[in-house]
Amino acid sequence: MNWLINLGASTLNRLEMFGRATLMLFGAVVAKPQPLKLIPLTIKQIHVVGVQSLLIIVVSGLFIGMVMSLQGYTILVSYGAEGSLGPMVALSLLRELGPVVTALLFAGRAGSALTAEIGLMKATEQLSSLEMMAVDPLRRVIAPRLWAGIISMPMLALIFSAVGILGGHLVGVDWLGVDSGSYWSIMQATVDWNKDVVNGIIKSIVFAFVITWIATFKGYDSIPTSEGISKATTETVVFSSLAVLGLDFILTALMFGIE
Amino acid sequence: MKSKKAELLVGVFVVLTIAAGLMLALNVANNSMSGSDDTYTLYAKFDNIGGLKVRSAVKVGGVTVGRVDNISLGSTDFTPIVTMSILSEFDQFPETSSVSILTSGLLGEQYIGFQPGFAMEGIESLGQGDYIEDTKSALVLEDLIGQFLFSSNDG
Repeated sequence: MNWLINLGASTLNRLEMFGRATLMLFGAVVAKPQPLKLIPLTIKQIHVVGVQSLLIIVVSGLFIGMVMSLQGYTILVSYGAEGSLGPMVALSLLRELGPVVTALLFAGRAGSALTAEIGLMKATEQLSSLEMMAVDPLRRVIAPRLWAGIISMPMLALIFSAVGILGGHLVGVDWLGVDSGSYWSIMQATVDWNKDVVNGIIKSIVFAFVITWIATFKGYDSIPTSEGISKATTETVVFSSLAVLGLDFILTALMFGIE
Repeated sequence: MKSKKAELLVGVFVVLTIAAGLMLALNVANNSMSGSDDTYTLYAKFDNIGGLKVRSAVKVGGVTVGRVDNISLGSTDFTPIVTMSILSEFDQFPETSSVSILTSGLLGEQYIGFQPGFAMEGIESLGQGDYIEDTKSALVLEDLIGQFLFSSNDG
């Protein structure tokens, strides 16, 4: 009997959490938007969330492109098909690795920081003080961070893919001696703008939404103690990584599964 | 001053993104045939289309002149009908042209090889919605092996 009670209680808790998360999202995004106040705050947050993540994104994109080029070359060359190196690197970056790896790095680099920042604001009662001054913390604190995350992560994913393709060129063409012309031209013949690039961008927009939503909600909903904030930060990284990987499968199945 | 610096860096970020997007659009992706160009439609009936797919290329002597738009099955005679959209700049193909389904390389993709026919007095050029009469089906490896076995049994 007890386990039934526990199951019911935990289900109710989950549902309540979803409800609070949705309320927070609506309060931040839908209710009475004030673009004039929102835009400068959002730009400042894009700087924090996006620009400061540029270094890790560029470096990992470069190295992932280089590694893929190296690995792909050793396999493709045994079939005499090293001309297909370009499309292999480009397609795997644009369709999968660009959105997914950027999302995972973004969750670790920016998502955790968002949660910790908002959680600490709550712990030091800055959010309550804002409310005392009749400033809605959802709109002043949460909304700019949400928009900044949703805007900057797809941009980071695009940069990641482009840098990765250049990294693949660096290793494949400049080091291993694949013909530069065939690297680019077979890539161009294979990669389709709508099917590959746009679908990758759609993926990264979905991931960005999920990650920033989880990150801001976990911070906003955290227990305002040092232990609660550390728990919330961990949960942000774990939940958003799992959500990204799960959603990636669903999106891939929808986009590329059925020809 | 600090906020100005943040805005500057965000501006740099946006420029970087646009550069990456442009590079992907111009250097990486193929969007030259994504429907914005003027095309006209030709049809061809085949006995067997093998592994031909929608968006496979239509080539004349190796030059891509169009793409396969649609593949359907005729409602009365149950033969596959392939719809091709050909770029309008190539609109002078004579009626006597033939098409065959070919394979690029040993393991490559299948495409439609378009063989322009003779242009003579009294032969019109193909236009929107015309059927190409002279078609050659795809080679199916199993059929070839079957024929080979059959003929070697004879001898």
